Amino acid sequence: MANTIDSKIPQGPLAQKWTNYKAHQKLVNPANKRKLDIIVVGTGLAGASAASTLGEMGFNVLNFCIQDSPRRAHSIAAQGGINAAKNYQNDGDSVYRLFYDTIKGGDYRAREANVYRLAEVSNNIIDQCVAQGVPFAREYGGLLANRSFGGAQVSRTFYARGQTGQQLLLGAYSSLSKEIKNGTVKMFARREMLDVVIIDGRARGIIVRNLITGEIERYFGHAVVIATGGYGNTYFLSTNAMGSNGSAAMQIYRKGAYFANPCYCQIHPTCIPVHGDIQSKLTLMSESLRNDGRIWVPKKKEDAEAIRAGKKTANDIPDEDRDFYLERRYPAFGNLVPRDVASRAAKERCDAGFGVNETGLAVFLDFKYAIQRLGEDRVRERYGNLFEMYEKIMAQDPYKTPMMIFPAIHYTMGGIWVDYELQTSIPGLFCLGEANFSDHGANRLGASALMQGLADGYFVLPYTIQNYLADQIQVPRIPTTAPEFDEAEKGVREKIDKIMAIQGKESVDTIHKKLGHIMWEYVGMGRTKEGLTKALGMLKDIKKEFWTNVYVPGKADDLNTELEKALRLSDFIDIGYLIAIDALNREESCGGHFREEHQTEDGEALRHDDQFSYAACWHYMGEDQDPEMLKEDLIYEETERKTRNYKN
Amino acid sequence: MDKTINITLKVWRQRGPKEKGHFETYDMPGISVNMSFLEMLDTLNEKLVAKHEEPVVFDHDCREGICGMCSLYINGHPHGVNAKTTTCQLHMRTFKDGDTITIEPWRSAGFPVIRDLMVDRSAYDKIMQAGGYTSIRCGAAQDANALPISKENADKAMDAAQCIGCGACAAACKNGSAMLFVSAKVSQFALLPQGQVEAARRAKAMVAKMDELGFGNCTNTGACEAECPKGVSIANIARLNREFLKAKLKD
Repeated sequence: MANTIDSKIPQGPLAQKWTNYKAHQKLVNPANKRKLDIIVVGTGLAGASAASTLGEMGFNVLNFCIQDSPRRAHSIAAQGGINAAKNYQNDGDSVYRLFYDTIKGGDYRAREANVYRLAEVSNNIIDQCVAQGVPFAREYGGLLANRSFGGAQVSRTFYARGQTGQQLLLGAYSSLSKEIKNGTVKMFARREMLDVVIIDGRARGIIVRNLITGEIERYFGHAVVIATGGYGNTYFLSTNAMGSNGSAAMQIYRKGAYFANPCYCQIHPTCIPVHGDIQSKLTLMSESLRNDGRIWVPKKKEDAEAIRAGKKTANDIPDEDRDFYLERRYPAFGNLVPRDVASRAAKERCDAGFGVNETGLAVFLDFKYAIQRLGEDRVRERYGNLFEMYEKIMAQDPYKTPMMIFPAIHYTMGGIWVDYELQTSIPGLFCLGEANFSDHGANRLGASALMQGLADGYFVLPYTIQNYLADQIQVPRIPTTAPEFDEAEKGVREKIDKIMAIQGKESVDTIHKKLGHIMWEYVGMGRTKEGLTKALGMLKDIKKEFWTNVYVPGKADDLNTELEKALRLSDFIDIGYLIAIDALNREESCGGHFREEHQTEDGEALRHDDQFSYAACWHYMGEDQDPEMLKEDLIYEETERKTRNYKN
Repeated sequence: MDKTINITLKVWRQRGPKEKGHFETYDMPGISVNMSFLEMLDTLNEKLVAKHEEPVVFDHDCREGICGMCSLYINGHPHGVNAKTTTCQLHMRTFKDGDTITIEPWRSAGFPVIRDLMVDRSAYDKIMQAGGYTSIRCGAAQDANALPISKENADKAMDAAQCIGCGACAAACKNGSAMLFVSAKVSQFALLPQGQVEAARRAKAMVAKMDELGFGNCTNTGACEAECPKGVSIANIARLNREFLKAKLKD
């Protein structure tokens, strides 16, 4: 149980590690790059930036995505912005401060060396994106504008209105398009990875399903890079896209890659509340809104009850009867506390009976004060598209009445374990972006997902993968008729046939909704030993229900959207189990993981550094066995661990 | 309890690109007005699956109006009748009790039907590959603030860059022209100094690729702008024409 694993952190002082690494790593010369094939799965910020950059360097890249075009990956929906330590605002920012905020924001559960490197390369990302023609917001003097995000006391967030993810992804997509034209990248759209092929202990290829024809296809690569995003859709309702899934991660987990800290799921405080049983997804309202919006609930329970019953509206409550609970509890950071803190505070008020909306599961995000201070035009300029989005869904005008918001699953900090080189525990298999576990610890700060995805893809992997590939230049391209490909394809076909043969009574979505309810109820914002133990039993039942009673129409060798969903759901069920096991093991509260037994007197998360200062890395032991846990000890050389304090 | 309406759907069903399609009629009673349009289609598909029939195939992903994956001609309008709204942002409260709603795929020579309401939009990727980028190499960029850009131009570039590549412009156009899409990308770069070096090459290459892929010519009907879910302006087409002319004059 107490096995520890090596993360290959380079020697030397923290600030020198990445420079030292690059100075001494192995490289691949231009003639040899042409002989090496690299598979990149995913075309979000991490995947597209990696594929285009590896292509620019001269490698042969095969890039895969499930959508009809690489431009549609869910990174496109990121709204608020991207952090960088440029200090253009002259407000005291630095690489060290971005590093420190990220470590602290992650509740001291991330690896120092990775986070420092992330902060170091953050500035290069902004340079790269501006050179690509990303139209970031600018000031009248022509220089780049910034805004603030949660967990920071400086303005270091670069943005393109409320569509920063879109613009950054289109930038990466444009570079990718250039490399496709140049012939260095081959694009395979509407393909879904169904397994990784391991030959002599190394990742050498993938098996995919062509989503249009249903055919199973095989591809070889000297190395395989997974950049397939997070597993938030385990909860059914999340801010993720409908197609976002954790299947590639589960496939490599079953082949031996460790899955680290699955219980670290981020619940975003500002999402549009749930409206009914048929709802298919939740919509995020950007954290940037907390720059100017003030969050409140009524001070008096009778006011909250009247609002829920439709007898009063938000505007009927005078200022003195409003409880700006974040400003009250956290004077130093106010409405800009990190996401985990803001979400728990909203839950606390709603649990105490002060919630609004018909369901009592919402709080107000109010722009009245910003409009008084700045005028409606300035507010419109900053957040106009978000206000429109809100109005389309809720049929309420947020310029006139406060928004209603509630926490929802948004991002997963946990993921496939990688070492400093972003290599998984399987040689030749790398993992980037949200799919890996590396940089955010137990909680991610706003505007840091875009930073990490692009850091991994543009500036980290293109270096570190060479340290691996330098030893692979003698390896010829392995034909996909090799027995290991036969074996992997056979496994995939058997799984598909098994699902098609069930012909049960429940639709895929029905079972997925049941899974989501269990996860949100027992493995959501507040977790207990009792609830988690119960959830593990229920998840076993769900798994059984799926494998005996799911119904998938149509044929396997054809376009079949129900089969696509069924394959993903089979993996979500296993991820759900993994999340619950990890949450049960971690008997402390940290970041996005809140165990109700472990809290301070005033309800803040209580860490136990003496027992849990490690990344929990789960190792697959077989289909009906619980996984084994290995530990990566987290050693803090640079930062002193404290209880996070956003109060003063 | 949510207010509900009863509607009838006429949905285009087509097995494959070469096969003949037809309208299928479905009664949909008790639809909550707070459902999104795609949630209403989810409900239809759940019903079909329960009857062991194959669900209606349609593209969708983010369901918040930004990925550009959803499409659909709804009652004769791409993304439905509401202005500046994608299909996934359309809600059933837009419709009345007793309405019949006709749902068709994009109908354009450039976007062949794959199945039912799903079409092939890879032509837009190919146009992007022809020149929708700056040829910079990762790692070679100068400091981001080394090149000041006027706020006005940055804002206009952003207006153009909002395009989500959904294809509504070409689907709405009686000529099947992709000019709004092409002009949005060309404009974004034309308005920024980073795009100047390759401006001429870009305009020519992207227009040539668009022509090659079977998209029609622009006759300034303005249907594209009216139907664009992101409100991309046809002023961009005028800018593309100027860029194209400038490039040709240089030859």
